[in-house]
Amino acid sequence: MKDQDEWLYEINAKQPLIDIDFKEIWRYRDLLYLFVRRDIISAYKQTILGPLWYLIQPLFTGIIFTLVFNNIASISTGGAPPFLFNLAGITMWSYFAQCLNNTSNTFASNAGLFSKVYFPRIISPMSQAISALFKLSIQLFIFACFYMYFVVKGSEIQPNSTLWFFPVLLLIVAVLGLGAGMLISSLTTKYRDFRILIGFATTLLMYISAVMYPISEVRNSATLAEYTWVVELNPIAILIEAFRYMTLSEGLFEWPLLTYCSVLSLVLFFVGLIVFNRTGKNFIDTI
Amino acid sequence: MSNIILKAENISKQYRLGNVGSGTLRDDFKRNWARIRGKEDPFLKVGAVNDRSQKCTEDYVWALRDINFEVQQGEVLGIIGKNGAGKSTLLKILSRVTAPSTGVIKSRGRIASLLEVGTGFNHELTGRENIYLNGAILGMTKAEISSKLDEIIDFSGCERYIDTPTKRYSSGMTVRLAFAVAAFLEPEILVVDEVLAVGDAEFQKKAIGKMQDISQGEGRTVLFVSHDMNAIAQLTNRLIILEKGTVSYTGNPLNGIAEYLKDGESRNLLSFNATSLKPHLKSAVVKTSLANNVHLFGEELTFEFSIVCPSDVDNLALSFQIINGRDIPITHSWIFDADNEKSRKAGDYIMKCVFPNPKIYMGNYYIKIFLSNSLTKEKFQEVEAICDFKVKMFNTKRTDYSWKEGTCVYLEDANWKIRSL
Repeated sequence: MKDQDEWLYEINAKQPLIDIDFKEIWRYRDLLYLFVRRDIISAYKQTILGPLWYLIQPLFTGIIFTLVFNNIASISTGGAPPFLFNLAGITMWSYFAQCLNNTSNTFASNAGLFSKVYFPRIISPMSQAISALFKLSIQLFIFACFYMYFVVKGSEIQPNSTLWFFPVLLLIVAVLGLGAGMLISSLTTKYRDFRILIGFATTLLMYISAVMYPISEVRNSATLAEYTWVVELNPIAILIEAFRYMTLSEGLFEWPLLTYCSVLSLVLFFVGLIVFNRTGKNFIDTI
Repeated sequence: MSNIILKAENISKQYRLGNVGSGTLRDDFKRNWARIRGKEDPFLKVGAVNDRSQKCTEDYVWALRDINFEVQQGEVLGIIGKNGAGKSTLLKILSRVTAPSTGVIKSRGRIASLLEVGTGFNHELTGRENIYLNGAILGMTKAEISSKLDEIIDFSGCERYIDTPTKRYSSGMTVRLAFAVAAFLEPEILVVDEVLAVGDAEFQKKAIGKMQDISQGEGRTVLFVSHDMNAIAQLTNRLIILEKGTVSYTGNPLNGIAEYLKDGESRNLLSFNATSLKPHLKSAVVKTSLANNVHLFGEELTFEFSIVCPSDVDNLALSFQIINGRDIPITHSWIFDADNEKSRKAGDYIMKCVFPNPKIYMGNYYIKIFLSNSLTKEKFQEVEAICDFKVKMFNTKRTDYSWKEGTCVYLEDANWKIRSL
C-alpha cells in the first residue's frame, strides 16, 4: 500500500479525538499575521481618535472605579494609590475579557467566511488573542506612565522581585481566555443560549474577579469572609491580584493558587481546543 | 493510477431537518453516548433520500449518499445537477468546509475553492490589503502574493481603486478583484462554483479564458459547478451528474448535458388526467420527418396538441417555444382564439401547427407549451421540456460540406450575387 502514503491529506468521517495538524497551522502563519493586522486596522477605522480609544477606555473606567469604589464605598487599597490599583485590575481584566469575548464569537461572527473557505480554524481565536495583546501593550504603557507619575509624586510603591513571572502570567490569562472562549463558541454554534449567557456573565464575573477590590478585603470582611472561596477559586481574580503584587507590592501572590490557576487554564484550554476543533469541522451545518 | 489527484470513497452527508430544539439535544446525547462506547452513530442508520419535492416523515435526510469518483491530474471535471441535488454539499466537503458523515476523501494537492468569491474580504480594508488577506485565506503565503500582486491588480482591472476601501467598490468590481486573487492562486485543485454568473460580459470572457489556461496550459485540476451548460460544454472534459444525492452519470460532457436536459420529465406524448376544470392539454406530439424524433433540416415539421375544454372558454391561447440544447428559445408560435372564434365550446380539440420549411439548425430541441387566456392573461397550463427532437443535416443542403453542431442557431435563405470587377 505504498500508494496510500502519497496523499497530501485525507478527509475522513471518523476523526480521532485530538486531531491538530501543527504543520498546517505553521503553513498558515501569514494568515495569522494578516488577521491580526486586519483586527487592529479595522477596529478603529473611520474614527477620529483611532487607537486613542485604547487609552480612553481604561482611563475613564479607572476614574469612575476610583470615585465609586474608593471614594464613595471606601474600599481600602492598602498602600497603593487607588487609581493605580484600579488601573492594574482593569488592564488585566480587559485583556482577559477581550480574549474571552472575541474568541467566544469566533464561529458566529465568521460563519460567512468559514462556510466558504477552509483554513485551520484555530487561526481565528489565536489571532484574537494576539491582537488583544496590542491593545494590552498600549494599556500597559499607560499604566507605566501613571506609575511613574505616582512614584514622582512620592507614593511608596515599588515593583516586586516576582515581576519576572509577568510573561507567564500573561500567557496564563491568554490561555484561560482562549480556552473558555473556544469552548463557549463551540457550544454557541448549536445552542444560542450560550451567546446570551456570555453577555451578562462576563459583566457579573468582573465583580467576583477582584478588579476593584483586593482579595484581602474580602477575607477580612465580617460579612463576606465565608464567601472568600468564590473569589479565591476564581482564576482571573488570582491572576489580577498576582499582577498587582508584582507591580505594586499590594495583593496576593501565592504559589499554590497560581499553580491551581495554571493547571485549570491548561485543562480548559485543551478541552476547549478539542471541542473547538471538532465543532469546526461540522459547525456550518448547525449554525 | 498515479495520476489520480483526488479520490472520493463512499462520501455521504446527513442533515437534520427542521429546527434546532430540545429534540436536537436529546439526539446529541444519544450520539455522544454511542461515541463514548465506541459504537457507530445510531442516526447514520436512518435518513431519507434527498428529494426536495417529496414529503418525508424522517428527521434526517441524506444530502449525499455513497458518492465515489476519482479525478485525474489536469482534468476539468464538471458537476451538474438540479437544485438540491447535492452539488454544493459535495463541494463543501471537498473544500473541507464541512466534514462528511461517512467516507474518505484523499487528495494529493491543495484544494482551493471559489465558492462565491470575495469571501473574507473585509470591506474596511483597501483593495490591496484585501488581496493579501484574501490570498492568505485561500492558502497563499505573503511572499507568493507579493510576487503576483501586479498581475492580480492588472487582471482585476481595478488599478485605480486599489488603495480605496473595498466598501466603496461596486459589486462587479469586488467580484473582479476577488476572482483575480483566486485566479492567481496556485492550488493543485481549484473548485469553481457559479462564479461566472457575475461580472460583465467582458470579464466573463476573461474568466473563462483564465479557467481554460489554468486547466490546459498549467495542467491544473479544476472542479467546475455551474448551471450554464454552455460553459460546462466549453470547459470540461468530464462530467458528473448528481441526482438526489447520488451520481447518476459520469462521462463525456456533451452526452451528459443532452442526458441531463431531457432527463425524465421529457416525453413526446403526455396524457394528463382530465380532472382539471380548466382547459388543459391531453397530449403533445412532434411529427418529425424521420422515425425516433429525428428530423431532417428543412423538411416539414408538425406539432399536434390535443386539448380538453371542460366548459366553454373565451379567448383561449395556445403557444409554444422551441428551445435548443443550451436552453435558448429559438422560436415561438401561437394560436389565439380571438383570431378565430370568440368562444370555444366545451369539448376535445386537436390543434395542429405545421412549419412547412423550418430553418432551425442541427442540434437537440425540445418545446415548452403555454395554455392561457389571451385577454385576462390567466395561465391554464405550462408544460416544460417535452417533445424532444433532433435536427440532422445529412442528405440536405450541401452534402459536401461538413456541418458542425453549434456553429449557428438557424440558417437563413440568402441570395448571393457575384460581380467581377
